[in-house]
Amino acid sequence: MNHLRHISALFRLSVLFAACLTLFAASAAHAQLTIEITQGVDSPTPIAVVPFGTPGQLALPEDVAAIINADLRRSGLLRPLPKDDMLSFPRNKYEISFRDWRILGAEYLVIGNVTRSADKYSVHFELFNILSQRTVHSQTFEAGLNQLRDLAHYAADQVFEKITGIRGIFATQMIYIEAFQNGNEAQDKFRLMLADVDGARPRLLLESKQPILSPSWSPDGKQVVYVSYETGRPAIFRQEIATQVREQLTNFKGLNGAPVWSPDGRTIALTLSKDGNPEIYTLDLASKKFTRITRHFAIDTEPNWTTDGKGVIFTSNRGGKPQIYQVTLASGRIERLTFEGGYNARPRVSPDGKSLVMVHRENGVFHIAAQDIASGDMRILTETYLDESPTIAPNGAMLMYATRYRGKGILAAVSLDAGVKFRLPSKQGDVREPAWSPFID
Amino acid sequence: MNNVTTMRSLGLALMLSVLAGCTSTSTQDQDSANNGGADSGVTVGGSENAGVNDVPEDTMEDEVVLDTVFYFDFDQSMLKPAARAALTAHAERLKANPESIRLEGHGDETGTREYNMALGERRGIAVRDFLSLQGVDTSSIEVISYGEERPASMGSSDSDYSQNRRVELK
Repeated sequence: MNHLRHISALFRLSVLFAACLTLFAASAAHAQLTIEITQGVDSPTPIAVVPFGTPGQLALPEDVAAIINADLRRSGLLRPLPKDDMLSFPRNKYEISFRDWRILGAEYLVIGNVTRSADKYSVHFELFNILSQRTVHSQTFEAGLNQLRDLAHYAADQVFEKITGIRGIFATQMIYIEAFQNGNEAQDKFRLMLADVDGARPRLLLESKQPILSPSWSPDGKQVVYVSYETGRPAIFRQEIATQVREQLTNFKGLNGAPVWSPDGRTIALTLSKDGNPEIYTLDLASKKFTRITRHFAIDTEPNWTTDGKGVIFTSNRGGKPQIYQVTLASGRIERLTFEGGYNARPRVSPDGKSLVMVHRENGVFHIAAQDIASGDMRILTETYLDESPTIAPNGAMLMYATRYRGKGILAAVSLDAGVKFRLPSKQGDVREPAWSPFID
Repeated sequence: MNNVTTMRSLGLALMLSVLAGCTSTSTQDQDSANNGGADSGVTVGGSENAGVNDVPEDTMEDEVVLDTVFYFDFDQSMLKPAARAALTAHAERLKANPESIRLEGHGDETGTREYNMALGERRGIAVRDFLSLQGVDTSSIEVISYGEERPASMGSSDSDYSQNRRVELK
């Protein structure tokens, strides 16, 4: 954390509350988001994940097979069979009756065991192809006693990747904003939260009576950057997740908004209006030097980096309505990317760099749309209401976004092919502005 | 309609004076680390001590009550003609008795958050520029945008939205 403690007189940066290093333990006070799947693909691959074996009387704090099942089901591409349909719970390959599983319709089978030592859990699992009766994959993971859930997600990631060829995102996390507002500003409460991507284990990163918005991850998944109004004005802060150490990065007159980390982790792109008008800037984190990127009397905001870090994609109303543009940093050349519809904003680039997702207005309704950058073809992915803040999973297969459901702000997810949909309703407050973490190794 | 507007201004003015009682600037002392929440309304991780303090209920000052909230159309930052009379009166008052004011720009919940943040600032600037044209010293005016983060009306109807696209003079 010492490397976070540069204090630059020039830019009046200061580490705030550096002494408050207590790690926040998950507590019942923070309601968990729970998942409701609303649409899956037509014929997901059937798979059986058998309850994992444990030696003797070992009681586990988590049901490992149930977590794996929930992960695989949420992908929409796999269909876990119900436990009640299973004729046996094999613990090793010699106990497997392939014929029984074939009759049940399973194409794949996962069996496993959990053991515990003084300070860690060990999970061993094996994935079988029922038709060929062969082992596709087997692996053993170990982790600390509070990380059994992580081990289950790692196993689900492996199973998913071996079957679909797509890297799993079940062990990733998300940050989001939780807001409690009843019309009386004195009672407003805003929280920056961190949770597993399935909504489990919510942790508080910051709570304020003033708005918090635009949270975004560092590319190594160790820090977050966001806008907070705690000083009475918008200011950009970064915060290290493990230590909770914070640093205020900006304190300019006017807008201090929309921070996003560059792919190499050295620079943050952001919006400032200190020169009289909203423009995109970059901030070099080592030198604390700000560089102005756009020069136009229109609104330029909501930057997002291209995957190679050589360009920035942003929202501008320089053509009269908000549309998405790309600036090449070296040359300053600006190109308009969206032409369909009268409102396209807050772009995010897919990990392969080939498509954009954005907020798109059609017939007065705001949806999430994806556009193939090369061809310009746009597809609308969502059919909910007031959809915003799309964030793409690091494997590029799914995106999460904020929407409204039964009068409350909630998070929802959709696959990039729009085949799979689910939502994460909240028991309390409005939930919004999800940001999907990078892969966490 | 005028009654409604006046009631709203009164209500807002009352609410604002109440709010002013609990607004405090952030301190950056290391000492405040453990009870930072109490000082700045911010809690980092764990500590759960950010209580809401009782606030004194100030009484209204006995001056003519002017509209302090000015409304805007969707995706627009042009001042409406209806705002001019009240703003001109504000300008006269500010020229006679110079004081620092804050113009808080807001948007409705439709559209993206940071774009609305920019739009809220534009609305605040439109009001500032009008006051400046009337001769008010702009160095005493601060424009702060809250985008769609602090709606005046919590619903999602067109009438909620039209109440939320606003600038509040404080």
